[in-house]
Amino acid sequence: MVSSTNGQVLIELKEISKSYFKDRIKIPVLSNITLSIPGGEFIAFMGPSGSGKTTLLNLIAGIDHPDNGHVIIDGVDIAKLGESRLAVWRSHHVGFVFQFYNLIPVLTAYQNVELPLLLTNLTRKEKREHVEAALKIVGLEDRMTHFPRQLSGGQEQRVAIARAIVTDPTIIVADEPTGDLDKSSAEEVLELMVQLNRQFNKTVVMVTHDPRAAEKAHKVIHLDKGELMPYEPTETGL
Amino acid sequence: MNLLRLVFKNIFRHKLRSMLTILGIAVTILAFGLLRTLIAAWYAGVEASADNRLITRNSVSFIFPLPLAYRDQIANVPGVSQVTYANWFQGIYIDQNQFFPRMGVDAETLFESYPEFLITADELAEFKKERNAAVVGSIIAQRYNLHLGDIMQIKGDIYPGEYEFVIRGIYRPRDSKTDATQMFFHWDYLNEHAKEIGYEANMVGWYIITVDDPDQSAVISEAVDALFHNSRAETKTETEAAFAHSFISMSDAILKSINAISIIIIGIIILVLANTMAMTARERMQEYAVLKTLGFPGAFLTYLIYGEALLISVLGGIIGILLTFPLARGVQEAVPAGYFPVFDVTAGTILLCALAVLIVSIFSSAYPVWKARSQTIVDGLRQIG
Repeated sequence: MVSSTNGQVLIELKEISKSYFKDRIKIPVLSNITLSIPGGEFIAFMGPSGSGKTTLLNLIAGIDHPDNGHVIIDGVDIAKLGESRLAVWRSHHVGFVFQFYNLIPVLTAYQNVELPLLLTNLTRKEKREHVEAALKIVGLEDRMTHFPRQLSGGQEQRVAIARAIVTDPTIIVADEPTGDLDKSSAEEVLELMVQLNRQFNKTVVMVTHDPRAAEKAHKVIHLDKGELMPYEPTETGL
Repeated sequence: MNLLRLVFKNIFRHKLRSMLTILGIAVTILAFGLLRTLIAAWYAGVEASADNRLITRNSVSFIFPLPLAYRDQIANVPGVSQVTYANWFQGIYIDQNQFFPRMGVDAETLFESYPEFLITADELAEFKKERNAAVVGSIIAQRYNLHLGDIMQIKGDIYPGEYEFVIRGIYRPRDSKTDATQMFFHWDYLNEHAKEIGYEANMVGWYIITVDDPDQSAVISEAVDALFHNSRAETKTETEAAFAHSFISMSDAILKSINAISIIIIGIIILVLANTMAMTARERMQEYAVLKTLGFPGAFLTYLIYGEALLISVLGGIIGILLTFPLARGVQEAVPAGYFPVFDVTAGTILLCALAVLIVSIFSSAYPVWKARSQTIVDGLRQIG
């Protein structure tokens, strides 16, 4: 289990580079990124489209491999892990929130949240307790039997957040979590992220285009053309 | 919630598509089952053959007879325990569509050579006593509502004339492989008519030899044929199975075609289901990427996709197999009566259908499984469904 101790470095990226190939043409996305994120932080990555912020998030979340460099999470270099070990690592340590929620449409809110627990050895009763607790945190305990199509966008994203936290991960990665939401739903989701960070001590790493969303973070890291821009503290982080 | 439940829920995500696919599989399995039943019916004679019986016929052709005088010589060949004989009569009973084998036989020995034809001692004794007595199989008795003492009037075609037989026995089949659609009467009665109409008398169609040791069949066959070498009617002796097979070989091209069609049908089902599974997988690439993101291993995706293909094919397969039974009965009723003495959907056919279902699910899900497993999470998440 990743230990999240406030102030100590939890996520460490060392000289990360990443390129993609499109029609056999190499497109560099990240070049020589070095970055440290302490445990318990709420970090926002901002930057124009194609700046590499989602790629950076993917590397931290262990769903992509860098071409060069190290991605060290609490002392473990996940860039060196094979696919199957990385999958196990992700299931234990990372919760994911996507822009378009990515819930399974044929499953109820309860079942969607329960999904990551299929990989655990918890008893049925324990699973139920975990799912109910997660849905309670996001304020949807009365919508357990609803299918995604019966929920609003904001509610769907809250179910996705419940799914992200049900395994009690230390790191929550969120890729444009408010990108598909109206203003008030976006505000609710952001408050929830802040709550997870403050109340439950989750390290939150978020990619956003929205300056209002970025304001919730302790620190905003700007990327441009695959490189880090100078540090810019937010009001929250000051 | 578990994998199986997720598979079930996925199947009914697109109800119409799934139902049509299941229906498509049911129809093709039905067609496959019927064709296999047809092939099995064709081979029923071979299946029913006894390994201790040999058939001796004219070496030129089955249609040329052999002298009755051969009987005693054959009986003296070492290893032969019993010899009986039969002659194809055919004739027309009611009308030409009522087909079932009608043969003149040696009433004294036939039922000893064919223990699979079960007849009571009383009925057998009655049959032996009367010159124009006949024994029919239980299926024939049932089909034509024939009882003991009833008269069967048959118009001769190969042996022209009007024949009248009295039913003195009804034999039952020992097992499902045994043909209970035959009629036997005294060869002597036929021989008398042959004389009357100027045919060569004292000739039989073929001999049925029972041997002590089936392993000696080849040696005995050679010995029998050697007896009549260079005679006016040379013989060809072979096992009953080979004899039955020689009839089927006449329809070899048809059987090969049916076999090929049944294999093509399996190919069609694979394409039908593969199309559904490919569409399904393409639509769900993003979901598979999400599952992988959550930490689900590739094996889980394999079970998920293969499970869905398997469930669809099993549902279609069950419906298809269940429909095969009434349809097989319908086919049997539609073809001229007695054309196929045995037309049952056998356990072997059901097993082949089940195997087809399994093969279909494996092949149809192979590409979607490979695609889902090999696609990176990042590419999967970029997919728009």
